[in-house]
This record gives sequence, structure tokens and C-alpha cells, in this order.
Amino acid sequence: MTQTPSKPALDTAHTAYQTPSVRFEDISKSFGSTAAINNISLDIHQGEFFSLLGPSGCGKTTLLRMLAGFEAPDRGRILIDGEDMTRVPPYERPINMMFQSYALFPHMSVADNIAFGLKQAPMTRSLRNARVSEMMELVQISPLARRKPHQLSGGQRQRVALARALARHPRILLLDEPLGALDKKLREKTQFELVNIQERLGTTFIVVTHDQEEAMTMSSRIALMREGRIEQLDAPRRLYEFPASRYAASFIGSINLFEAQVLQQTGNELTLACDATGTELHAHCSEKMLPGMTLTLAVRPEKVRLLQPNEQSPNQLRGRIKDIAYLGGVSIYHAELPSGKRVQFTQSNVQALAEQPLNWEQDVVLGWQPDSCTVLTE
Amino acid sequence: MSRPATHQPRLTGRRLIIGLPWLWLGLFFALPFLFVLKLSLSESVLAQPPYLDLLREFTDGVLVLAINLGNYQLLLDDSLYLKALLSSLQIATISTLLTLLLGYPMAYAIARAPRHWRLPLMMLIILPFWTSFLIRVYAWIGILKNNGLINQLLTGLGVIDSPLEMLHTPVAVYIGIVYSYLPFMVLPLYATLIRLDLTLLEAAADLGCRPWKQFLRITLPLSLPGVLAGAMLVFIPVMGEFVIPDLLGGPDTLMLGKLMWTEFFSNKDWPLASALAAVLLVVLIIPFMLLRHYEQRNLESSP
Ligand SMILES: Nc1ncnc2c1ncn2[C@@H]1O[C@H](COP(=O)(O)OP(=O)(O)OP(=O)(O)O)[C@@H](O)[C@H]1O
Ligand SMILES: [Mg+2]
Repeated sequence: MTQTPSKPALDTAHTAYQTPSVRFEDISKSFGSTAAINNISLDIHQGEFFSLLGPSGCGKTTLLRMLAGFEAPDRGRILIDGEDMTRVPPYERPINMMFQSYALFPHMSVADNIAFGLKQAPMTRSLRNARVSEMMELVQISPLARRKPHQLSGGQRQRVALARALARHPRILLLDEPLGALDKKLREKTQFELVNIQERLGTTFIVVTHDQEEAMTMSSRIALMREGRIEQLDAPRRLYEFPASRYAASFIGSINLFEAQVLQQTGNELTLACDATGTELHAHCSEKMLPGMTLTLAVRPEKVRLLQPNEQSPNQLRGRIKDIAYLGGVSIYHAELPSGKRVQFTQSNVQALAEQPLNWEQDVVLGWQPDSCTVLTE
Repeated sequence: MSRPATHQPRLTGRRLIIGLPWLWLGLFFALPFLFVLKLSLSESVLAQPPYLDLLREFTDGVLVLAINLGNYQLLLDDSLYLKALLSSLQIATISTLLTLLLGYPMAYAIARAPRHWRLPLMMLIILPFWTSFLIRVYAWIGILKNNGLINQLLTGLGVIDSPLEMLHTPVAVYIGIVYSYLPFMVLPLYATLIRLDLTLLEAAADLGCRPWKQFLRITLPLSLPGVLAGAMLVFIPVMGEFVIPDLLGGPDTLMLGKLMWTEFFSNKDWPLASALAAVLLVVLIIPFMLLRHYEQRNLESSP
């Protein structure tokens, strides 16, 4: 997992007094017998870069389509800037959407596509042309103005779609897997461009993605979804460092999970017995745990350290290197414990060369600090 | 553009595929048309066959070729033929517009109907084809005539006292043509409308476009190829239509097809009938060529 600098979470104390840009109130939606959205309540604030993240079929698109007005919720209300929009048709909502398939009008040139939304409202021609030029410059497609969509590359189409959705200066922009069709390199470049544009315009961006890395890079907050519900709602950093459940922990990045039984708790220091490691484990936990409870301990690979021969750690494991994945800047190692359980850890490659390099079948001692792991009850 | 200098006789499969339609066109269109053209340039006589061959005689090494432009001259001189052409154009244009006005909503409704409804509805459109065309046109006589179905119904209901004169009027011709050619309009329209990507309409709605304008700005322009295909499928055969104006039209219903029939069978003037056919073909080909030219330019227009 590469941690890219993400924007700080919005100051919730500050925004709590403001009317949220978007409010979902107890929203449910079923298609036949499948419950696509199951009682979701959610506030999204003005200027946020908000991501809906989750596996395929968890209801991300459905939630977005209800906000855009293409789908009516079975129950609940949708408020935009405090106004009930649940029954307002899409063409009257102050929202624009960038479609997953881009949905560019094939019979119109790039400039006409971008001008389409502007033509639906009274506006002088010169003002409209100026806005179209401005939008094309923003996404750097000015030389393509006269082309038809079928004469564009995938990346160029995506830019046109973005420019078209932004042209009306919507207060809220919805993006359904905006970068899905792009190759990795272009996608990373565009992620930063999107964040830049969003910061420049101050528009609320709501992005659907099933790419956790993409969500981490761009978002101020992420709603992790699971089967029509929100599993966890947090800033990327908190979602990564403090996952609330095993599901959240394993969906975002890679993580080592250990099943363990509580032995005792003194203050917030927890001692556990773990079958897989055959050792006692130590963790910090402020919640009250009862002895005998079964918990899951989650440790990120980069928090697991290779111990020097004379070093001691509260959580100490012996293992043997079984797998090495070289990723350039870092390497990921898989160590097998005597019980057969595998533990992942990463080493920066500057270190790996400076000290003795690790090899397959090498015996290692690993450890981590009690405060670098998370205790999960779900 | 440079072409490969060496001839490639290898691509026989591809040549065959491209060649087949050409062969078909040559055998069943170009060749018969040449016969018609030749016939139109000959002289009509009272004989069997009722025309003189172009190649009159071959004596002493001299080939006498007699090209008779008189038939075309006659078409120009007698205003009857120009009137028939204009009247055919008028009838074909109006019927094409009527089938379009009727067929578009039908095709649209079927394309937007729930999936399991589409096939039965299409079947209803196609079903009349299972009965002979002639019988169906005959049936209209029974419906439209003075003591026919409509008039009986209307007098029975007391709406009218004396029967409406419908049969052997232009109205009857239009009814017959629109009824007979409607499926040819609906089918290509349905084919383009069903392929229309509905997310385009959502995108338009999202950009603030109301349903009626969505139709005008998105659905209609994108279904134009279907409109054109349907219009040609109706316009071209109606221009040469003979049965419907003959059965349902009056004596004053002037159409090229009817005229051709008269010249060919009643007046036994094969060359004149052929000249009419040749003119009709040229008249029909011109809009087609213009359309192709326009399409070509449309494709090349953008840089
Ligand atoms: N029009 C529909 N008719 C019936 N079921 C639907 C419809 N749209 C969505 N569903 C169902 O609702 C659930 C949620 O679908 P949704 O499209 O919101 O998923 P998603 O999270 O966007 O997935 P993906 O990442 O694959 O796009 C799925 O089980 C899907 O099969
Ligand atoms: Mg989706």
C-alpha cells in the first residue's frame, strides 16, 4: 500500500453547524428482492472530496444515481443544501454527473458537448462560448474542440466528460468510476488533476470507486460500503490506521490478522493468547474487554519490524522467509510461523542493502509495538 | 494515398465477398436496365414484339443503328407525363411523411416497451405481411366504399345521413399506401431506436434538459439514419406504385406506375413505357446520390 499525501479530514467541529451539502436520511432501495441500499444515513459537506468505496455490487452506483435523481429511493429523504430533493427530477437538481461510460453525445463536437448543459439555461452566446473555452482549458483539450467523440482517445473522452459536467458550475459533482478506463499511469496523473480542479473550484466531489488506492489518494473522507450499508466512514488516514472491523481492515491495504483470546486487561494494556503465533500478544485498547473474549489483532505490514539479534519486543514472533516481492522502493516479505500462519512485513530497500539482505528460507525474528496494532471485535 | 504497386491476386475470398453484391447488382439491375434503356430508344410498331430493334440491318459492311429519341421527346412534349411525375412525387412525399408521423411513435413505443412486450408488438407490425398484399388492398375497398364498413357504421350511429365519398379519391390512395408501407418505416426506425444508449438521455437530463428537449436534441438526431432508411424504403416503391392507385384511386389519380402500365399493356407502346421507367429511375437515383454525397462530407468534415 503506497500512502500518498491525502488531504486532511474536514474539521467536523467547524462543519457541524453548517447545513450539509448533501444529506441522505434513512435511504433504502430494493430492486425486486435485492436490497441495493439498506437504510443509509450520511452527510456530505460543501467542498468535500468524498469517496464511496466498496466491492462490486455493494450499491455505490445506486446511491449516486438516487442523488442524481435517476432512481427514486423506496424510503427516506435526500436533501441538497437543506432542501428536500427526493422527488425532484434530475434536470432540476443542482448536481452534475460524470458517467462511468462518459455518455458523450456522439453527434456533437467536443465544444457542443461541453456547451450542451449551458444551452439549457438562458445565457448569452458570448458568455457561453467563454465558459466553454474556459472549461476546455481547465482540462487541457482546447485543440480538440471541433472533433467528434469517436475521434478521441479514452483519456481525452474522460476529460471532455469532466469538462461537460463542470461547465454549469454545479455545487455538487458526481463521478462514477471516473478513471476506470484509464491505464495506471494516466490514472495517477488524473487523480492529482481532479484533486487540483476540485480545490480550485470548491465544488463538492462525490466519487464512486472500487479502487482503494484511488480513494485514499483523492478523498477527504471515504465511506466504505458493504452490501448496501456503510461499514465505516472516516478520513483515509483513520480508515487505514484504525479500521473498525475485519472487513474494513482487509479491504484497505494489506494487513496481518491474528485471532486471539483476552487473558487480562490492566488499564488500556491488553494481554492476549494467540494460537497461531504460540506466544502472548500485547496491544492497547481503551474499551473494556473481558477475559476469554475472542478478538482479532490487526497489524499493518509496515508496522512489523525485523528485530536485531539482541533486540526484544512485547510482540515477538519467529518465522522463516517464504516469499519476497520486490516493489522498487520497498520489498514485501512473507514469513511463515511454525504454526504455518504467514505474516507480511515490508522493508525499505535502502535498509535492505545497507544491512544484510534477507533471503528465502532465512530465519527471522519479527516484532511490533503494542500501540501499532488495532484490536477488532467485529 | 499510395497503393501497393504489386497486384495481389491472393485475396480471392475478399474479392468474392465484395464481388458478389456487384455481380448481383449487375445481373439483376444493370443488365435489365440496359435492356429497358435500349427499348426506350427504339421505335414502336404494330408487330410482335411491338418495337423495332436498334440494330436495323447489316448490309455491305454497313451497320445501321437507329436511335429514336422520340419517346423522350414525347415525354417532354405531352404535359401528361410531367403532371404524372409531379403527382407521383407529391403522393410519395406526402405518404412518406404520413408513414413517418405514424411510424415514429409506434417504433418509439415498441423500443421503450418492457422487454417481454417488444417481440409480440413487433409481430403485430409484421403480421399483415402474412396475407397477400393484393388481398389486403382489396379489403380496403370493402371498408371504404359507399356501402362499406365505415359508412355503414357512421350512418348506423346517425353521424351522417348520406355516405361519405371515400373510395376512388386521393384519400383512399393515401390510406392504402400508408397502411401497406407502414412496416417498412417502423422496422428500420425500431432498429435504430432500440440501439440508442439510454445513458445519453440520462446525461442530457443531468445537464438540465427536459424530456421533450431530450427527444429533440438527442433521440431524434441519433435516429436520423433510421428515418432516412425508412423514408427510402417507402418513397422509392411508392413512386412506382401501381396496384394501390389502380384499385383505390379514381380516374384522376395520376401516377407514373399506373401510366407505365397503361402504356405497356393497353397501348402496347413498350418503348414509351421504357422511357418512363428510365426517367423514373433517374429521378429516384438523384436524391440517393445527394444523400451519399452529404454523408461523405459529414464524415470528412471534422479535422
Ligand atoms: N436496475 C437494476 N435492476 C435490478 N438490480 C439492480 C439494478 N441496479 C442495480 N441492481 C442491483 O443492486 C445492487 C447494487 O448495484 P450497484 O450498481 O449500485 O453496485 P456497485 O456498487 O455500483 O457495483 P460496481 O462496482 O460493480 O459498479 C447489485 O446487487 C445489483 O445487481
Ligand atoms: Mg457501479
